[in-house]
Amino acid sequence: MLFYIFAAIAILSGAYMVLTRNLLYAGFSLLLTLLSVAAIYVLLFADFVAVTQLMVYVGGVLVLILFGIMLSSRVHDKSVMSENTNVGWGITISLLTLIGLSYTIWRAGFSSLPWIQQAGTDVLSGQKSTVQLIGIKLMTDFVLPFEVASLLLLIALMGAAYIATAKQKV
Amino acid sequence: MITQIPLEHILLLSAALFAIGVLAVISKRHAVMVLMGIELIFNAANLNLVAFSRHDPQLMQGQLFSLFVILVAAAEAAVALAIVLRVYQHFKTANLNQVASKEG
Repeated sequence: MLFYIFAAIAILSGAYMVLTRNLLYAGFSLLLTLLSVAAIYVLLFADFVAVTQLMVYVGGVLVLILFGIMLSSRVHDKSVMSENTNVGWGITISLLTLIGLSYTIWRAGFSSLPWIQQAGTDVLSGQKSTVQLIGIKLMTDFVLPFEVASLLLLIALMGAAYIATAKQKV
Repeated sequence: MITQIPLEHILLLSAALFAIGVLAVISKRHAVMVLMGIELIFNAANLNLVAFSRHDPQLMQGQLFSLFVILVAAAEAAVALAIVLRVYQHFKTANLNQVASKEG
C-alpha cells in the first residue's frame, strides 16, 4: 500500500517536472521524485542504496543542479523559464516508449520466471540490513570496479573544476 | 512481514519514470532541464536493478550495480554542469536551440 502512495508521488512530481516551465519548480519537483524513489528502495529491502540515493542525489546532484540553474539564468528574468520545443515528437516518442515497455512487461511475465519463483520471500534471511554484505562484496568480488570508481570520481572532480574555472590568459 | 510488492508494478513505475525522462530530454530547450531528464532516466534504470536484486539468491549484484550507476551519474552531473556553465559564459544563453544556431 505504501508502495503505491510513493509511486503516485514519484510519477505526479515527475509529470509536474515536465509540465512546468519554471526551472526552479522543476528542480524541486525532481527533489520530490528522488525522495519517493529512495522510499521505494527502502520498501525493496535495499536500505544502503536508499541512503546512498539520499546522500548522493538529494544532497549532491540536486544541489549541483540548483547551482547550475542559478548560475546559468537570472532568477527574476525570463531565462529561468524553459521553453518547449518538439512537443509533438516528444509526447509521441515517450508515449510509444511507455506503451511498448508496458506491453513488454505485461507479456513477458517476469514473475513466473524460474529463478524468481525459486527465490524465497524472506529475502534478507534473518539479516537486519544489507550494509555488512555490501561491504564484504565491495572488498572481495567488486574490488576492481570500486577502485576504478574512485579513479573516475577523482578525474570527474578535476575535470569539472578545470572546465568551470574561467581561463586566464597567460 | 511486509506483503511482497508485485515485480510487474515496480517495472511499470520504472517504465513511467523512463518515459517522463525521455519527454523531458526531447521537449525542453534549457540545458539544465535536459540534465534533469537524464537523472530521471538513471533513476528508472536503478529502480529496475534494485527490483530484480530482491529476487537474487546472492542478493547483492543488482544493488551493487545500482550503487555504481549512482556514482557514475554523480560524476556525469558534475562534468555536465561545468560544461553548461562554460557554455552560458561563452554564449550568454543556456538555450540549446540558440546555442546550436550560433557559431563559436
